[in-house]
Amino acid sequence: MKPLELYRWMVLNRMVEERLVNFYRQSKVVGGLYRSLGQEAISIGTASVLEPQDVVAPLIRNAGVFLMRGYRPRDLFMQYMAKAGSPTGGRDCNTHFGDVQKGVIAPISMLGAMIPVCAGIAWAGREQKKNLVAMTYIGDGGTSTGDFHEGMNLAAVWKLPLVVVGEANQYAYSTPTHSQMAITDLSDRAKAYGMAHATVDGNDVLVVQEAARKAVEYARSGKGPFFLTCETMRMRGHAEHDDARYVPAELFEQWKLKDPLERLKASLKGQEAVLAGIDDEVRELVEAEARIADESPMPDPDFAFGRVFA
Amino acid sequence: MSSSTTEKPHLGGAEVATGRGVTLLEGVRQALWDELESDPSVYLIGQDIGHFGGAFKVTAGLQEQFGDHRVKDTPISESGMIGAAIGASMLGLKVVVEMQFIDFIACGYNQLVNFAALCRYRWGQGVPIVVRGPCGAGVSGSAFHSQCPEAHFMPTPGLKIAFPATAEDAYGLLRTAIQDPDPVLFLEHKFLYRRVRGDLGGPIPFGQAAVRQRGTDLTIITYGATVHTALEAAAALEGHSVEVVDLRTLVPLDEDTVLDSVRRNNKVIVLHETQRNLGPGAELSARIAEKAFEYLDGPVVRVAAPDSPTPYSPTLEKAWLPGVEQVLHAARELLAY
Repeated sequence: MKPLELYRWMVLNRMVEERLVNFYRQSKVVGGLYRSLGQEAISIGTASVLEPQDVVAPLIRNAGVFLMRGYRPRDLFMQYMAKAGSPTGGRDCNTHFGDVQKGVIAPISMLGAMIPVCAGIAWAGREQKKNLVAMTYIGDGGTSTGDFHEGMNLAAVWKLPLVVVGEANQYAYSTPTHSQMAITDLSDRAKAYGMAHATVDGNDVLVVQEAARKAVEYARSGKGPFFLTCETMRMRGHAEHDDARYVPAELFEQWKLKDPLERLKASLKGQEAVLAGIDDEVRELVEAEARIADESPMPDPDFAFGRVFA
Repeated sequence: MSSSTTEKPHLGGAEVATGRGVTLLEGVRQALWDELESDPSVYLIGQDIGHFGGAFKVTAGLQEQFGDHRVKDTPISESGMIGAAIGASMLGLKVVVEMQFIDFIACGYNQLVNFAALCRYRWGQGVPIVVRGPCGAGVSGSAFHSQCPEAHFMPTPGLKIAFPATAEDAYGLLRTAIQDPDPVLFLEHKFLYRRVRGDLGGPIPFGQAAVRQRGTDLTIITYGATVHTALEAAAALEGHSVEVVDLRTLVPLDEDTVLDSVRRNNKVIVLHETQRNLGPGAELSARIAEKAFEYLDGPVVRVAAPDSPTPYSPTLEKAWLPGVEQVLHAARELLAY
C-alpha cells in the first residue's frame, strides 16, 4: 500500500478515536474507551498486507484493523455507544465484534485467548486449502498468559500459517514491562517455541508494513508461524478513565517525538496540500458517520433475550 | 474388546453389564467413525488419540482409517486444543476435542465457557465443537481422574451437556452432538465404558429424557452411571413400583418428562454422582417445587456424593459414592412419608 493510502487510514483511525473521546466526554460511550493513540501504525501497517481470504482477530487497540477490513466508522461509534444498529446490536462492547465473512473474529476480554483460536483458523484454512493467513495481536502484558504459551506452541508444532503481532507498548494497565517479564525484547518469547520472529520500530508505518509483508509471506509459504514484535508506547491510560499518572512524564515526551502520524507526514514532504485534502475529506466523513451513530436508537429491551443457542 | 461382565460394579448395573451388543466405549468409537466417514468436515484432536488410540482406546484405529489430518495428536494444552477447535469451527470444521480425563477441562475452562459458549449471543457466530472425555468415579482414580463436572458447566449460557447411560445413547447422542450447531460438552462415564452393552441405533435428539422403567409410587430422576444404580435399587424395592427417568442431556433439560413423572407419582428422588451442593439436583428440585408443588406428597430428596473430593482407596471411594444402599434408604423413607 502506498504511503498516501497508509496516511489516510492512519488519519481515519486517529480521527475516529478522537471523535470517540468527544462522545465519551458527553457520556455517550456507555463503557470504557480504549485508545490506540501512538500505536496506529501497527494496526494499519499489519492489516494493510492482508489478502481478502485472510482472517484477523483485532484486540481493543486495533480499531484501525476493523476499518481496514471494511467496517465503517459508524460501526465503531455505535459499538461504543451500545446502539441498536451496532454490529452486536448492543449485546457486547467496544471492539468485541466481528464477522467471519469479513475475515474478522470478535475478541474476548481474556488476553491470549485469540492465539489458540487463530491457530485453529490457520489450521482449518490449511485443511481447506484456502491459502489463508490468520493474524492476531497481543500486548506485552498479554504474553504472560497461559493461552499465549499454548497457542504459540501449538502453532509452531503444527507449522501453522499464523502471524502474531506483539505490541510492546510498555505498560499493561499500570504494570511496566520490567515487572511483567525478565526479558527486554518480546521476540525472545518466540525463540522458545522455535518460531520465526522479528522486532521492528512500531511507530514507523512503512517499517511495520514491510515487516508484516515478510511475516505474512513467510506464514503463507507454509514455513510456519511468525511473531512480529512492534515496539511502541501506549500514549494514553489503559482506558480514558485512567490518567496514567504512573507513567513518567518524560517517557510520554520522549515518545511524542516519535508519533507515527507525524513521522509519516514528515516523510511525505512537499505533499502538504494533498495531506491537508485527505485530512479534510476524512474529517468530513468521520463527522457524518458520527452524526448517523449519534442519532441512531438504543436497542429494544427485547433484544436482551434469545439467540443463546441456534 | 472384551467386556468386564465378571466384575461386580459397585455403582450397580450388573444386569445391564451382562447384556449383548457393543460396549458404551465402542458406541462412542462407532459414532466418531460414522461421523468421520459421512462428514469430511469432522476432525478429532486430542492428546495421544492418534496411533496410540487414546488413554482408554476410544479412538483406536481411527487414525489408521482416516489419516493423521483428520485424527490429530496435540501437545498437552487443553486450552490450546479447545481454542483451536473454536477457530476451526468458524471456518466450517466440526472438531471433536478429547480431554484425556474430563477433570482436565478445568485447564480449558476459559475457552469453553467464555469463548465457545458466548459467541452466538454476543455476535451471532455459532461454535459447533464437541468437547468429550471420560468422567466419573468407581475406578480409584482419586481426586483428579474421577470428577463429574456437569454442575460447573450447567449455568453457562450457550453450552449443551450430554451424559449417556447406555451404549445406544453414547452412540446416538454423540452423533447428534457432532452435528449440533452449538458447543457440546459430552460426558462419558469411564466406569460404564466396558460394563454396559447394547445395540446401536441412530442419532438421538437432545432434550428428550428416557423413562427407563415405568412405575407408579416413586420417581427417581437421574442420568449417566447412576441410571444403573437407580434401576438396581428399583428392582430391590419389592412391593413398590418405581419409575426411573434418565435425563440423557442436562442442557437442554427435558422438563416436561420430569414434571409429568412427578405429577403422576407425587414422590421424587433426584440422584447424581456429582457432589450434592448446587449439583443438578438443586436445579431439578427448584423446578419441581416451582412447577409441581401441589402434586408433591413429600420433600424432593437428593441422593448425591458428599461435598468432598473423590477419595482414592476403594473402601473410601465406595463409601463416598452414592450407591444402591443410599438410594434404597432414601426411597424407603420417602415411600413411608
